[in-house]
Amino acid sequence: MDMDSGTGDGSGPSATDGHDWPTTDVELLKRAWRNEKAAPEILKYEVDLIRRVTELTAYVQETVDELMENGVDPLNVSLMEMELERTLFLVKSYLRIRLQKIEKYMFQIQRSADLWNRLSKKEQNFAKRCAEDMEKHLEQSVLSKLPDRYKSHLRQSITSEEDDMDNLINSSGEGEPIDLEANELYGIRYRSIKPLVESGQMDLV
Amino acid sequence: MAGQSDPGGSTFTAAELEFLAEDETVEIVPNMRMDTLDFICGQYGPLRPQITAQVPLWLAVALKKRGNARDDIPDVYLVRSLIEDIKDVRFHKIGTGMEKLTGRASAIVLKHISAMEVNIVRPFTARALETFYKLDSPEMLPDSERGAVKHSQVADHGQRRPLRPNR
Repeated sequence: MDMDSGTGDGSGPSATDGHDWPTTDVELLKRAWRNEKAAPEILKYEVDLIRRVTELTAYVQETVDELMENGVDPLNVSLMEMELERTLFLVKSYLRIRLQKIEKYMFQIQRSADLWNRLSKKEQNFAKRCAEDMEKHLEQSVLSKLPDRYKSHLRQSITSEEDDMDNLINSSGEGEPIDLEANELYGIRYRSIKPLVESGQMDLV
Repeated sequence: MAGQSDPGGSTFTAAELEFLAEDETVEIVPNMRMDTLDFICGQYGPLRPQITAQVPLWLAVALKKRGNARDDIPDVYLVRSLIEDIKDVRFHKIGTGMEKLTGRASAIVLKHISAMEVNIVRPFTARALETFYKLDSPEMLPDSERGAVKHSQVADHGQRRPLRPNR
C-alpha cells in the first residue's frame, strides 16, 4: 500500500518549536484542514490532494471490510478502522467548513471570478443552488414588499494567527514592512499575508 | 447547516485540537501480541507482551481502554500536578505579555506558545488587533491631526493570554 504519496514541499521539521512541514498526504490534509478553518475566506480547493485521499480511504475501507469478513485478527482490523475514521473525519470536516463558507458568502463568491474558481465543480453547483434558493426566499418574503435592493457585505481585514516558514521576509502592513522569521507564530492581519498562505510559505493555525 | 464550528468563536474547538495532538507518539507496554498495524500514516508494531512500543496517542488510549496495554508513567498524580503548575505559570506569563500590548501593535509574535494556548487567546488577540487597526485608521481622526499621524508598527514579543485565565 502506498503510504507516502504526498507531494509536499520536502522541507522536514527544523530544530525550532515543533512546526512540521507536511510531506505525506495525511499531513497535507491536516494542513489544508487547519488553513481552511483559520482563514476568513474560502481557499483554493485541493483537487489533487482530496482525490488521492479519497482513493486511498476507499481502498483501505475495502481492505478492512475484507479482513473483517475473513475474521482475521479482529482487534488489528478494528484499529485500522479507527485510523481510517480519523482520516475520513479530516476530509469531511474540510469539506464541511468549505460548505459553511459558501453558505455564508454565497453572493460574493458568485460575483468574484477569483473566488468562484476556488470551488470544486460540486461546490459550484451547491453555491448556485444556495444563491438561487436564497434569492427566491428573500424575494418572496421581503423584497417583493419593499422598494429595496439586497446588499452583500464584504469582510475587510481580519486577523488570523499563523506560522511562517521563510527566513526574514518583509510583509507590508499598511505601509511599513514587518520582518517575519521562520517557524514563529504571529498574530497578523490576514490580508497582509494572504499570498504567503496561498503559496504554501505560511500556515494558519 | 453545513458546519458545527461557530464562526464567531475560537475557530477550533478544544476537541479538535486534542484530535490533532492525538497523533503524537507515546510509549506503551502491551500485555498481548499483535501483528504489525498497517495504517495509512505508517506501520506500527508488531506488539509483544511487556515490550515497550511507540504508538500514536489515540492508539495508546484505545489499547489501554481495552485493557490490552498500560502506560509507562510511574506517578500519575505527580505528573498531573506538575502539568497543572506549568499551565498556571505559562498562563500567567501570557497574561503579563498581553498587558504590554499597545495600541500601536499591528502584528504580534508569540514565541513558544502551545496550540491550546493559542486557541484560548485567539478571540481576544484577534479582536484586540482588529480594534487597534480600526481605531488607528486615518478616518477616525479629526481633520486637523490627519497629516501629523505616523503609523508606527511594533511587533510585541512575549507570551500572551487572556487577562482572566480559563479555569
